Amino acid sequence: MNTPIIKVSHLEKNFGENKVLVDIDFETYKGDVISIIGSSGSGKSTLLRCINLLEKPTSGSIYFHGQDIQEKGFSLQEYRARVGMVFQNFNLFNNLTVLDNCTVGQIKVNRKSKSEAEKFALEILNSVGMAQYIHAKPKQISGGQKQRVAIARALSMEPEVLLFDEPTSALDPEMVGEVLSVMRNLANSGLTLLVVTHEMAFARDVSNRVVFMDEGLIAEDSTPDIIFNNPKNQRTRIFLDRMLNQ
Amino acid sequence: MPASFFEWVVFFAKKYGIFFLKGAGTTLYIALISTILGFLIGLAIAVIRTTPMDEHDSQAKKAFYKIVQAIFVAYIEIFRGTPMIVQSMVIYYGSAELWGLDMSPIVAALFIVSINTGAYMAEIARGGIISVDKGQYEAASSIGMTHRQIMISVVLPQAIRNILPSIGNEFVVNIKDTSVLNVISVTELFFMSKSAAGTYMRYFEVFFITCVIYFILTFTVTRLLLIVEKKMDGPDTFVIHGSQTVPSAVLKGTR
Repeated sequence: MNTPIIKVSHLEKNFGENKVLVDIDFETYKGDVISIIGSSGSGKSTLLRCINLLEKPTSGSIYFHGQDIQEKGFSLQEYRARVGMVFQNFNLFNNLTVLDNCTVGQIKVNRKSKSEAEKFALEILNSVGMAQYIHAKPKQISGGQKQRVAIARALSMEPEVLLFDEPTSALDPEMVGEVLSVMRNLANSGLTLLVVTHEMAFARDVSNRVVFMDEGLIAEDSTPDIIFNNPKNQRTRIFLDRMLNQ
Repeated sequence: MPASFFEWVVFFAKKYGIFFLKGAGTTLYIALISTILGFLIGLAIAVIRTTPMDEHDSQAKKAFYKIVQAIFVAYIEIFRGTPMIVQSMVIYYGSAELWGLDMSPIVAALFIVSINTGAYMAEIARGGIISVDKGQYEAASSIGMTHRQIMISVVLPQAIRNILPSIGNEFVVNIKDTSVLNVISVTELFFMSKSAAGTYMRYFEVFFITCVIYFILTFTVTRLLLIVEKKMDGPDTFVIHGSQTVPSAVLKGTR
């Protein structure tokens, strides 16, 4: 294939003495839907947060279309506008309405006019089923609704890649479905997704690649079929046994 | 001459009513303007103090930033650490002595109370900024907003909402503490009361009235601020009115 959208090379991240990412090599191509699985503390979220530099890597490089994102002169703002992120705790802007959450980035970063931004935001909010709530404040809507708005906010920037950091982990069980169904639609639309998740069904059925992380390393990186039915790594097997037989 | 306590109170209220009102007006004027100016000073300092340094910044810029920080810390410590009544004397008489500045008492009052309030507000505002959930900043960064954009659109509105009770506190403190300005002859409520009381040597009756006026001022202000807070918060639930028509749309994720 052509150049990867995101390429991670020898990435290392320490928090003090604690080595969270040991040596990560990893590539993402256009249209990939990659699920990153693994037990807590294996470094999944840190990897995702390093990719858009919310955490600064200790060493190693990250390339976006072949360009080193840590280079001096690289526009981090522009990069982040093209690589969206959805957080576990939604992190909707509490002082803004649902609509404004989805327009503030378009107006401030992408320099769109207010009416243009609102029109596009409305379109996207409609596609995640939240168009009726445009005038609501985040505290007035449920967790599942917040996460759908958060996805809409990320989409409003027209990103090439979306990073999901355990998007359903903070939700009540009955709200997980509505968020996963939005993510399924996104996967089918051809958008490139990197999803840190504990939802094994999503990893198995929706993604085209599954990455299993263990103690700061990528232990296995393969198709869902191989990971779930015939894992090569002993630790993958143990992890999946535990996850699937709960 | 009035005989009882109540007769004296009525007497003073009638005879000096306009004085009390003028004094109360001056008190409220100084307190209001100084709280607003102090808030702006404090907010500006807090915003500068919480600005992260970029590792790419030059050594000179970093050094300059350190000096500015030190000046702010000195300002905050000095003005929080000395009584306002003493600051009034030093600034009012000092500026005249050293620079031949002939400030009118009211200008001096506004200046003193503002910078005094600013010192407290700087720490209050810094606390407000720090208290905004880190996730808000991260989410705004993740859509490509700059530090300045994030502060203006996301962090400061929430920080200011959070410190509104403390701002109200400062306002109330200022209404009461302007009374110390009588030492530089500012004709606020306390000064007016003292003059009235001195004329007839009736301190209890006059200051009873003064007391009531101060309380009415502060109580009104706290009630008003509560209404403002409620209004800013809005309701906890959201009701969808009727059915809204929206354009049918498809998912547009890719470029």
